[in-house]
Amino acid sequence: MSGLGRRELLKSSLLSGAGLFIAFHVPSKARAAAPKPKAPAPPDPNAFVRVAPDGTVTVLLAHSEMGQGIWTGLAMMVAEELDCEWSKIRVEHAPAAPVYAHPAFGLQMTGGSTTTWSELERYRTVGAMARDMLVRAAAQKWRMDPKKLTTANGVVTDGRRKATYGDLAQAAQALSPPRTVTLKDPKDWKILGKPTRRLDTPEKITGKAQFGMDVQFPGLRTALIARSPVFGGTLKSFDPSKAKAVPGVEAVVPVPSGVAVVASNYWAAKQGRDALKIEWDEGPGATLDSTVLLANYRGQAKGPGGAVAGKKGDADSAMAGATKRLEAEYDVPYLAHAPMEPLNCTVNLEGNRCEIWTGTQFQGMDQTIAAKIAGVPPEHVTIHTTFLGGGFGRRANPRSDFVAEAVHVAKAAGVPVKVVWTREDDIRGGYYRPLFLHRVEVGLGNDGKPVAWRHQIVGQSILAGTPFEQLMVKGGVDATSIEGVTDSPYLEPIGARQITLHSPKNQVPVLWWRSVGNTHTAFAMESVIDEMAWAAEKDPVEYRAALLEKSPRHVKTLQLAAEKAGWGSRPPDGRARGVAVHESFGSIIAEVAEVSVDADKNIHVHKVTCAVDCGTAINPLGIEAQVQGAVAYGLSAVLHSELTLKDGRVEQSNFHDYRVLRLPDMPQVEVHIIESGAKMGGIGEPATAPVSAAVANAVYALTRKRLRSLPLKLV
Amino acid sequence: MKLNVNGAAHEVHAPDDMPLLWVLRDLLGFTGVKFGCGMAQCGACTVHLDGQAIRSCVTPVSAVAGRRITTIEGLSPDGSHPVQQAWAEIDVVQCGYCQSGQIMSAAALLTENPSPSDADIDIALAGNICRCGTYQRIREAVHRAAALNKRVQR
Repeated sequence: MSGLGRRELLKSSLLSGAGLFIAFHVPSKARAAAPKPKAPAPPDPNAFVRVAPDGTVTVLLAHSEMGQGIWTGLAMMVAEELDCEWSKIRVEHAPAAPVYAHPAFGLQMTGGSTTTWSELERYRTVGAMARDMLVRAAAQKWRMDPKKLTTANGVVTDGRRKATYGDLAQAAQALSPPRTVTLKDPKDWKILGKPTRRLDTPEKITGKAQFGMDVQFPGLRTALIARSPVFGGTLKSFDPSKAKAVPGVEAVVPVPSGVAVVASNYWAAKQGRDALKIEWDEGPGATLDSTVLLANYRGQAKGPGGAVAGKKGDADSAMAGATKRLEAEYDVPYLAHAPMEPLNCTVNLEGNRCEIWTGTQFQGMDQTIAAKIAGVPPEHVTIHTTFLGGGFGRRANPRSDFVAEAVHVAKAAGVPVKVVWTREDDIRGGYYRPLFLHRVEVGLGNDGKPVAWRHQIVGQSILAGTPFEQLMVKGGVDATSIEGVTDSPYLEPIGARQITLHSPKNQVPVLWWRSVGNTHTAFAMESVIDEMAWAAEKDPVEYRAALLEKSPRHVKTLQLAAEKAGWGSRPPDGRARGVAVHESFGSIIAEVAEVSVDADKNIHVHKVTCAVDCGTAINPLGIEAQVQGAVAYGLSAVLHSELTLKDGRVEQSNFHDYRVLRLPDMPQVEVHIIESGAKMGGIGEPATAPVSAAVANAVYALTRKRLRSLPLKLV
Repeated sequence: MKLNVNGAAHEVHAPDDMPLLWVLRDLLGFTGVKFGCGMAQCGACTVHLDGQAIRSCVTPVSAVAGRRITTIEGLSPDGSHPVQQAWAEIDVVQCGYCQSGQIMSAAALLTENPSPSDADIDIALAGNICRCGTYQRIREAVHRAAALNKRVQR
């Protein structure tokens, strides 16, 4: 979810009325929900932390671990305040329940690079509450004033006697949680802010970690679904006879998304699906062609209409009076998320209960949608969140597509079933980063600075038709389509500007893809700023710093990345550098890319130097990993990935033609963290956004060829 | 047919063309071996066949009967293989889904080439995709594992 969207949600009275801080429901005790108090209630520590008699501390994760490291980060928050032994910490995904609603969104979910900043208070608070209860248990035992006791490494002491947390666990559980606690001053932090290795490594290097794909139990069948080859197509007829003849195939059932082949294992289901005969009513989607779409978008961007997303002054007359004018169009293709673990979901329907095992980012929606399909109350839907083999936004679908269809299959087949997507299903299954086009016209004044800005953005709305539309689409403007442009610090000082958004509709389902709108807005903005710098004959770093003079955090981040990259010094022979700086999800990232071009005109990225200001660094080792990973994820789109449609069909199908970054392409990514102390931002997504422009700008510096389409191609 | 997986004999009943991946996962429960692409493009399914790294998703089970198969579960009894140790030390994993395959490819590389250069690592692991982008730490960890190996041998 987008940074802009996050602010919208926080402001929204609608959502806060629906679910913010419903923290009294304790599922373990099946206590009824208490009336919602006026002031935010303290969280119930029992829902988040369990101390066992052997001293083990279990942290329940309200969010999903998909690689971003919160399994460790949120445990660090608890451990910091609890004063327990780090080696005694265990982590589990929490079940789906209102108590685990996202503190800012009011719905259980993981996304928008929000977990760490949004949970910093709650997870420290429950740690402090648990500590308070353990201290009071010791005080009762020793008949002492709890204020005279201290804690460290999982032990309470009065200086003379000692009791371990394990010894006190049972007595502490009987006590009521404190009304208030005082959290440590950050300057006293012993764990938070220190580079900390991941807690989920042991199971992930031994094959023991359980992903959704790995769920197995007696009686569980595997199903593959044949879906329409054209988006929006519907089932006309099917002949199951050849599929049913495949040994191991047990049932062939129609479901809303297609035809499911249910078998004793994956291979049998796959053979069965290959043998199915199906006729589809393809509908109007059968004519979709991404080349035609892009041409239409170009036409729209030049024409009238569209929704006004931002306006100040009179851009037209300011443009007419400018000394120099620049015009450029930038476009980005559809992209699949392609997480390494193909989508899957296991469902067991029994009586009036629905049990689900899956790697999801969106338990809050999944539970409601599954309940409707299964015909049971939401609280009868149990969700076991497994590790996610990558998410990148694909596993946070407001329509819960992969969960919903698995419930449909279990219902239709009448057996517990794991629906598995093949890689081809994933690449061709939609919910893509939408195709987008930006048309930017800039008028420069005598000093080379912009005096007029006209900007047309064309691309499908992610939020239209979802439950978030009402909140995050205002006046025809989807906040996720324009984030990174309308809120750009470059635009703020320009007296005459107009930003227009066109949101054409078609059958291709679209979704947020790591860094969402910023995937295209950062590319357009940081490319055009670079073009302006060259047009003004200014150094790209100095030019940016001059335009950003009212945004000191941007300038500092930009200058740190430039300094660490050796900007201004001669790059190695045959290489050049390019820069970009972009704020998203509350964090500012500057990146300097160093590139070369080989004899076949392939672009090679050797080094990316990053400076990061996310306010406060909770786990610097994790931040480094997220920035390296986000740069790599972005580079796939910069150098390789592209989804195209012809005759309504997606032309790519697997990693041989939907190409992604591989190890030999991986540059050295250097990460420098600025502890600004500013309001905390996110870190999972922001580094993905600026890398496209940093590389394109470097390619320009090297070749004087301006590449305005992703993926970047010199031939 | 008889399969030798991680040093133990298993009797399986499977069609000859069933990929080893699905025999290991669905019939024998070795779920540490991962499905990523089904066409030898991503390396998530990498296992060792007589010590060599192979893609189990395109290897028909009939081709491996009686041969020595090692999965991530059998690489070491307790995660103490030098490659696993190095992976932990360098904090490589993110989502972790591809890492069984990465580790199996790296372990096979080090058996053949105890001191790989960056270029050797690039070639040996080019077939293992990681969408989280842990590549930089993978490179570092392979070097670290090579160093740990030498320490063990000394």
